[in-house]
Amino acid sequence: MSQSLISSQDAATPIVIVGHVDHGKSTLIGRLLHDTDNLQEGKVAQIIESSKKRGLKIEWSFLLDSLQIERDQGVTVDSTRIPFLLGGREFVIVDAPGHRQFLRNMITGAADAEAAVLVVDAAEGAREQTRRHAMLLHLIGIRHVIVLLNKVDLLDFDQKKIEAVEQSVSELLGKLDLEAALFVPASARDGDNIAARSDRMPWYKGPTLTEALAQVPSPASRANLPLRLPVQDVYRFNDKRYVAGRIERGRVRVGDTVIIGTQKTPARIASIESWHTAPQVSAVAGQSIAVTLEPDVIPDRGDLLHLPEAPPVEASRIRTRLFWLRQEPLRVGESFKLRLATAEHAVTVTSIDSVLNLEDLTEQPGEEVPAEGFAEITLSAAENVQFDPFVPGTADGRGVLVDRQQRIVGGAPLIEAATIAAGEKVIHPSASTVTLQDRERAKGHRGGVFWLTGLSGAGKSTLARGAEAALFASGLDVTVLDGDTLRSGLCKDLGFSEADRTENVRRAAEVARILRDAGEIVLVALISPLQSDRALARQVIGDGFAEIFVDADLTTCEQRDPKGLYAAARSGKITGFTGIDAPYEAPQSPALHLKTSSGTAESVVKTLAAFVKDATTLSSVTQVRS
Amino acid sequence: MDHLDQLEAQSVFILREAYRKLRPLAMLWSLGKDSNVMVWLAKKAFLGRVPFPVMHVDTGKKFPEMYAFRDEYAKKWDLELLLGTCPPVEEMDPSLPPAARSAARKTAGLAAMIEKHQLQGVIAGIRRDEQGTRAKERVFSPRGASHKWDIRNQPPEFWDQYATPHEEGMHIRVHPLLSWREIDIWRYIEREGIPLVDLYFAKDGKRYRSLGDQDITNPVESNAATVAEVIAELETTRTSERAGRAMDHESEDAFERLRVAGYL
Repeated sequence: MSQSLISSQDAATPIVIVGHVDHGKSTLIGRLLHDTDNLQEGKVAQIIESSKKRGLKIEWSFLLDSLQIERDQGVTVDSTRIPFLLGGREFVIVDAPGHRQFLRNMITGAADAEAAVLVVDAAEGAREQTRRHAMLLHLIGIRHVIVLLNKVDLLDFDQKKIEAVEQSVSELLGKLDLEAALFVPASARDGDNIAARSDRMPWYKGPTLTEALAQVPSPASRANLPLRLPVQDVYRFNDKRYVAGRIERGRVRVGDTVIIGTQKTPARIASIESWHTAPQVSAVAGQSIAVTLEPDVIPDRGDLLHLPEAPPVEASRIRTRLFWLRQEPLRVGESFKLRLATAEHAVTVTSIDSVLNLEDLTEQPGEEVPAEGFAEITLSAAENVQFDPFVPGTADGRGVLVDRQQRIVGGAPLIEAATIAAGEKVIHPSASTVTLQDRERAKGHRGGVFWLTGLSGAGKSTLARGAEAALFASGLDVTVLDGDTLRSGLCKDLGFSEADRTENVRRAAEVARILRDAGEIVLVALISPLQSDRALARQVIGDGFAEIFVDADLTTCEQRDPKGLYAAARSGKITGFTGIDAPYEAPQSPALHLKTSSGTAESVVKTLAAFVKDATTLSSVTQVRS
Repeated sequence: MDHLDQLEAQSVFILREAYRKLRPLAMLWSLGKDSNVMVWLAKKAFLGRVPFPVMHVDTGKKFPEMYAFRDEYAKKWDLELLLGTCPPVEEMDPSLPPAARSAARKTAGLAAMIEKHQLQGVIAGIRRDEQGTRAKERVFSPRGASHKWDIRNQPPEFWDQYATPHEEGMHIRVHPLLSWREIDIWRYIEREGIPLVDLYFAKDGKRYRSLGDQDITNPVESNAATVAEVIAELETTRTSERAGRAMDHESEDAFERLRVAGYL
């Protein structure tokens, strides 16, 4: 009888398989399952048939790519988990995709892994994704890394060539503070050094891949570390209050005195409650429990229960590593929620201390963190945060950043409490508990910023005011920020130099952002002649910024000259006037292009109002509900 | 802690997150072995009670034994039972193969229940090891207003931080059993003594390994008549659990199409 697929009584060891696209991850997994007799009946026949249908010989990767969409494109779109038994020990193989845009799927698959297999095409060497994946293994806390040098047949199984590749990959990992447990030269397609020793590399004396997997250490017990019990929820059933949570490390016993959260209230564990189990007097790391407290205090979700003699770190400014998952870059001043176990804290990014350059693996100070980038940043919270510094293989310091729409935008392994440098501006902005969703529901529409740019006299203010009246009449909360209004108050200290004009744009953008965050529709009417200034505005505002080009030719504007400014500029009474002796850079691809040299203002106002209305309408489902 | 303890603790953590973050919340109770384990785990999480309704989306074509089981245990377990019906098969996408088309009724019935009760969270007992497309799931899986599963655009999920609804009309499918294997389910049933409908046990050399509608579910050859015998059988079998579920096998992508449209 063949080996059983599922006889293990123990927890499986998760192993993640990563590497650059086309370096052979899926092929490796297919081969591994086949060579170790871990395939279900009929699977091989199914793969052969699927391969044939697509005109291929035998494509091992089809085993994992069990979705139609993947097979047709030949890429793995998401991580997949496959149980796999080796000498009585069970593993779960997590396949992670190699394509850059799918990094978040890889993290989803890899975050729980005990060990990783980094597949590197021996002929190609480490590539961009090899570096990115290696860095991520480091930041999510995987310590045991096996490097599989794949496709060594392309190097003719030559010892010197293979060892040279090993050397270069080893140096690369060293720069990331990562040390490979071992290197295995292999050919996944042909099965060399996967489950069976290759007879084409007699010089290689190290383990095969399966032997290497068998050596992966089991996770260290967290039961003997100081207690951390984050409160998940508090229930009141039949007049009894239960404090529920999962012990992240340490143990708790009935009779222990614990300290609750930053308020530091002491309480005694009166009982450990459960249903359909033997009575419990103690519980250890990993268990989800419910306790009663004496006195009957009511902790909040997120409060950390710990023993008096071993408190966590407490700080309101924290230095943290960062892996950034949002498509738009991260900038200083942005606010998020920091989720830490069950706690949630409002935080602001106060500095970006260093950004990793993936090309040469150097770290440099930077203004922003690019999509899928890595950095070290400093976060400031409105209140004190209790945490333990990130330690790979434990739940300590596993910070996650979520945006105001509750989307996970980054992982933030916490390093330490940050000190305040001399002369540094310390700001701790508070965050609203009113969500974007609440505001949209109350107003019945989305907020947004519509940035009208164009020459003086092109009709920006006329159109903005016309659209404002029309939109307000149809029940929308709308306001106009125009250049002259701003300059008469908020910006009256500013002149018309390039630096002052940039500052004028920045202030307008900041005000627009605040109004947009309050749920308003903001029509900004500002010449804003420079591309770079409008890019700055877009950066400040983020989501929901629409650039609108109010386009009239200079001759028309000069003829209109409603404020007499062109005449003054021509006669030299004013200088630096856009279109006369200062440049106007037209938008390259505006969200809306309004031509105002001819035609009536009314019809253009209609077009603008319709565009704004369309862009701020909630989905039909929402309208029904609101 | 052994493996079953770890699975149980993780599922309890997930159920408590769902109860905290998603209201209104309901659990799907299909009357099969997995959903009974799920009800049991909820009782573990909430100290002997299920503090939200359980839903049976009834196709009207289940086995009579299953209806009897439902009525008996809804009472014994003190469950708040919500019943939903499914539209006739004629209203379903005619381009689907026959069994998948029949199964699609459940998708429509479920969508109507979610709409009617304005649910933010629906707890479902799917497992990664059942089927390739289910292996791709998240523990908290967001569904848009149309209930569609956007398989290409799933949120990141790591370090036990889960997605919450961020748009009106959205709901979350919560999957507390995602990491369990079929054998874990049976070992847990054995350890805890969880009651099951007896269709799972062999009679005249056949038993059901997975239970769906009567007309699209087939029994497998087996002599396993007790939980222990089923476990012994699973320890040596190499055929897949859903081999008896017709809609999985009609065409290569039938099941994926069902799931993308909102099937479990």
